[in-house]
Amino acid sequence: MSKITIPLGPQHPALKEPENFMLVLEGEQITGATVNLGYNHRGMEKVAESRTYIQNLYLIERVCGICSHSHTTTYITNVEELAKAEVPQRALAIRTLIAELERVHSHLLWLGVAGYEMGYETLFMYTWRDREQVLDCLELLSGNRVHYSINTIGGVRRDITAEQKAAVLKRIKYLEERTQYYIKIATQETTLLARTMNVAKLPPDIAVKYGAVGPTARASGIKIDVRKDEPYLIYDKLDFKMITHDTCDVFGRVVVRALELVESYKMINQILNNLPEGPIAVKIPMKLAPGEAVNHYEAPRGEDIHYLKSNGTDKPERLKVRAPTMANLQSVAYMMEGGWLADVPLAIAAIDPCMSCTDRAVVWDAKKGKKTTYAWEDLRKLGIEHYRKRGVDFTKL
Amino acid sequence: MESILPFAYIIIFPGFLFLAVYGLFLQWFDRKLCAVMQNRVGPPWFQPFADFTKLLAKEIIVPDAADSAMFRSLPFFAIAAVMTALISIPVGRSALFSFQGDMVAVIYLLTIPTVTFFLAGWSSTSPYSTVGAMRVLTQLFAYEVPLMLSLIGPAILAGTWNLTEIAAFFSAHPALILLQAPGLFAALVALQGKLERMPFDIPHAKNEIVGGQFTEYTGRLFGFFCLAVDMEMVVGAALINAVFMGGSLGTHGAAAIAVFLVKTLFIAFLLAVLKVLMARIRIEQMVNFCWKYLAPVAMAQIALDIFLKYKLG
Repeated sequence: MSKITIPLGPQHPALKEPENFMLVLEGEQITGATVNLGYNHRGMEKVAESRTYIQNLYLIERVCGICSHSHTTTYITNVEELAKAEVPQRALAIRTLIAELERVHSHLLWLGVAGYEMGYETLFMYTWRDREQVLDCLELLSGNRVHYSINTIGGVRRDITAEQKAAVLKRIKYLEERTQYYIKIATQETTLLARTMNVAKLPPDIAVKYGAVGPTARASGIKIDVRKDEPYLIYDKLDFKMITHDTCDVFGRVVVRALELVESYKMINQILNNLPEGPIAVKIPMKLAPGEAVNHYEAPRGEDIHYLKSNGTDKPERLKVRAPTMANLQSVAYMMEGGWLADVPLAIAAIDPCMSCTDRAVVWDAKKGKKTTYAWEDLRKLGIEHYRKRGVDFTKL
Repeated sequence: MESILPFAYIIIFPGFLFLAVYGLFLQWFDRKLCAVMQNRVGPPWFQPFADFTKLLAKEIIVPDAADSAMFRSLPFFAIAAVMTALISIPVGRSALFSFQGDMVAVIYLLTIPTVTFFLAGWSSTSPYSTVGAMRVLTQLFAYEVPLMLSLIGPAILAGTWNLTEIAAFFSAHPALILLQAPGLFAALVALQGKLERMPFDIPHAKNEIVGGQFTEYTGRLFGFFCLAVDMEMVVGAALINAVFMGGSLGTHGAAAIAVFLVKTLFIAFLLAVLKVLMARIRIEQMVNFCWKYLAPVAMAQIALDIFLKYKLG
């Protein structure tokens, strides 16, 4: 049978964000796959250099719609480390609480997306309906459903009252019941098993080689979780298990995420029942002394790394974000090869990709083998030129 | 008057108009049921009509590489084949035109829409449609045999290849209907595959190959393809009703039509439950399932019916 090449993306019903996979098909089987990125570059790292630390908080939150708390917490930990600030325990506990609620919301969302990608729309509808409960919790605590903005430099913006605590615990109890039901579906439903078992295999050695992180790596039996390896916030005081699975396939990734939900509920209960007393924020100076800081954080999708360099002003000199999808994406091409076309959407979805966090722009000169990056002014000039060629001149406005 | 009547049959009842309106209604019924089962609100009753009307008004785009005449005529072939099939299937007490062996003709006519789907995908020449077209054909070979086998059982028991007579036989012996349960199950699952619905919507699995065989179809042509699929649902339900459920159950006139509507709605309900319960399977899993499990069930039904026939004399 002759080979045909099928483009999956940048615009495709299976993808939530623009990215491109070129698949070489022999019949229904995939003999080759390449991953092309860069459709969603927004220049955020560059923009961050022209804003103050406080302003950046709202910019960094918008790196990702789903792990918005993860990115701000990592960024803020860097800022506080550079300012040598002592953040109150109560603030750390509230940050951990929001982090775990965010994980619940992200994993429930993922479960629905995985269901949708395998054509199981009922699962999609059910999980997304239940996800509303956790979004309600987040709205109750922070005032926002998606970009919670609970973090502020030196602590958190809002305290938790007794009524809020009761309301959250009530919703978590309901979600615990529902999650048991989803675990039953995920491990027993025949068609779901047929679609996930032995699909998109990622053996442990390959996972290490390509640097997989988060649930993707844990489903391949690798014990990697920043919350356990290098506890931050108040994770060292919480009692929870690291979930791993040894099937190395999509089924393992479903199980890991489903069981992590249960662990998150446990943690939320622990935090709310042992909330330390005290203030929720401390003052931090606007300008930071020169220095560098690196921190990592277990986002719902895996390890998120932020690097921050200060230069004595109120704006950062350099900010670098390494989102978990960047680490996981390398393994997707491996997972797809030799598989069926029908499994491609599932293989991509199984790493829970987030493209807008991942895309970066680097100019690569193939002849000289050199790479350069644009400065903010160059990017601006480039943008103006681009539109001028199309007959629009923004400089005259 | 005599000369107008056949045209009225073909155009109004039980021909084009009835098929189209009831098909669109069944589409709504199916969508609403699924929505309720999935905890959603679902569309209002006129949604399929609105969708169809909107598609009629849209621009038609024919790919440069496609054969224009074939590309444009395929949807009408599909509709014509489905309408022709209904002529021999009893909607009320008896079919419009029944003859010995009309069951074979109906099965044959119901294969034509699937072939037009394949040709539609193949002639569009885009990669998604090509893969979709290949899947249509692969799927055809998977479900067609169990479907035929499951229909043969009741025919053997009734001792006739005439759909109207099969329906009349089971109306006269209602107890035997219960013994057709395995065959009915096989036929329902195979029909689900024929209608390309979840979990067998593999040829147009949107997460994999966008619109599958219909990717390049737009406007009126796409609308007519959708209408053909809706009509196929009515005809498929009517076929199962006639073969397995005893057709009109001995009623006459308006009552017979009411019985028909109730039973086809029940079949649509069963198909909707199948749709909601499962995830879409892969094409190779579908072929395996149909040959390994569905075909033997249908054959067991035939064996049972031969035994019953021998016992009853």
